[in-house]
Amino acid sequence: MKSVRVGAGLGFYGDSWRPVRASIERGGVKYIASDHLSELTLAILQKDRQKDAAAGYARDGVPMLAELWPFAAKHGVKFVLNAGGLNPQGAREAIARAFRDKGWKARIATVTGDSVAERIDELRAAGEPLAHMDTGADIAAVRERLLFASAYLGAQPIAAALAQGADIVLTGRVADAALSLGPIAHELGWKWDQWERLAGGLTVGHLLECSGQGSGGNFGSAGEWAQIPDYAHLGYPVAEVYEDGSALVTKPPGTGGRVSFDTLRQQLLYEVHDPHAYVSPDVVLDMGSLRFDDQGGDRVGIRGAGGAARPAKLKIVAGYHDGWMGQGIIGFAWPEAYAKCEKSAEIIRTLVAERGWPVEDIEVEYIGYNSLLGAHADPAFRDQLNECFLRMTIRTQDRRVADAYGRLFPWLGLSGPPYIGSMKGVQPAKELLGIWPTLVKRELIESKVRIEVESV
Amino acid sequence: MRVPLWKIAHARSGDKADRADIGLFAYDAETYAVLKREVTRERLAAHFAAIARGPVELWPLDNLLALKIVLNGALQGGAARSLRMDNLGKNVAAALLRMEIEAPETLPRLRAP
Repeated sequence: MKSVRVGAGLGFYGDSWRPVRASIERGGVKYIASDHLSELTLAILQKDRQKDAAAGYARDGVPMLAELWPFAAKHGVKFVLNAGGLNPQGAREAIARAFRDKGWKARIATVTGDSVAERIDELRAAGEPLAHMDTGADIAAVRERLLFASAYLGAQPIAAALAQGADIVLTGRVADAALSLGPIAHELGWKWDQWERLAGGLTVGHLLECSGQGSGGNFGSAGEWAQIPDYAHLGYPVAEVYEDGSALVTKPPGTGGRVSFDTLRQQLLYEVHDPHAYVSPDVVLDMGSLRFDDQGGDRVGIRGAGGAARPAKLKIVAGYHDGWMGQGIIGFAWPEAYAKCEKSAEIIRTLVAERGWPVEDIEVEYIGYNSLLGAHADPAFRDQLNECFLRMTIRTQDRRVADAYGRLFPWLGLSGPPYIGSMKGVQPAKELLGIWPTLVKRELIESKVRIEVESV
Repeated sequence: MRVPLWKIAHARSGDKADRADIGLFAYDAETYAVLKREVTRERLAAHFAAIARGPVELWPLDNLLALKIVLNGALQGGAARSLRMDNLGKNVAAALLRMEIEAPETLPRLRAP
């Protein structure tokens, strides 16, 4: 039976590409699918682009390829990456420049048409209300504050780019799993209405899209996480996908981490809503019929993905300005570490109130006690902590207030409770963003998708 | 007996917009049957009352020995506008593992090694 091997690249903007080399050299992969865009990354890229029109793409795509391309070229491995962000052509230019400097040749494709920030009014005029997917709210409420808006494209343009001979496919926003499904469907010659096969490919893409989380990283557990071997050299997951849509998930030999029923099912359900209707642009996956066969030795067979027809609408995620966060942090040592944090919070509250600042929310967290577990922190040891940090944040529409708020904290060092630590400068105001998920008829997006392939 | 979930199950959580989602996994089929019976929407809603403003959704997946749990309205509007340290809801799964359920002491992970 025909098959193809795909390996995970990055799982987020800032992830490490070091483990990818093992997949290329020892994993037998033909493709690396690299995900550089979380739900929020486009907001970061939009800020970059405001400062520099040539920016707006994930910058780590260039050094990643600069380091890995010699190995990839030697082993005939191609890259599919969404590092194009809001500016795939800009990313292509940067990569082309790096390749020319080194005298390397490659055919680089760009996929564009996902960004709809400039098309909001046009889409509304075409009869798409762009109401909030979850709340039904009218987009008019945030229209003037939108910073970016991008549709999630699917695997088809990626497969088309590969069919045109691309060695590197650079996209903007695509469904994360499409980075794998594109090359899989292209290699195995799947048709775009073979729902069960596509669902199998989507399953693999979803297992690969978070890099190390598919091979033992972040294995959420008490005690068991310590059994994962050799975190320092954790290998990213690799999947061999067969023509019928079944797959074998593994990792390169000689790497750390673990691929097992336990580690894979954690990733399978990660950031999934209804597991019987995991919607992608290409197919709707039902995970309820999947069968995992843990063969030991970091090899897990997967078959039985349920597939239903692709949705009539594509998802858009837009981001809008939603005020400012002011932040202050101060730490205290024993004795009464927690009580001194609590007292400091009370002092700051008083100062904020006396200034009459327009503050919408105040969040008080105690690092070392409840800043990650919140209401589920166990109070049993609260009053015996060796040390504790107060982190206190505000939400305000006024940037000056958010900046001034951070400056309230250093004063506590000489005029507040004793035994303080780590006053590492004043935290500046941080912009807050609201996320606006919505739906749009796919034809309105797909008619604008462009694939360009150029050689460098 | 009362058993905290961390002794018999593993879990990972993540975020999508204002939704925290959790996968809860039994290590074995016998435990899965207990999870399916004891970890109800009502129990989850009570456990997460402090953070989930919207309804709790729950899907059992027999093939994965897993429960898929979604807490709507649990992330202060979403990671990028949240004031929390854990704006991505990565630790919601840890909070779930602290939940206690009624379980027989004969479950495989509770038996002495």
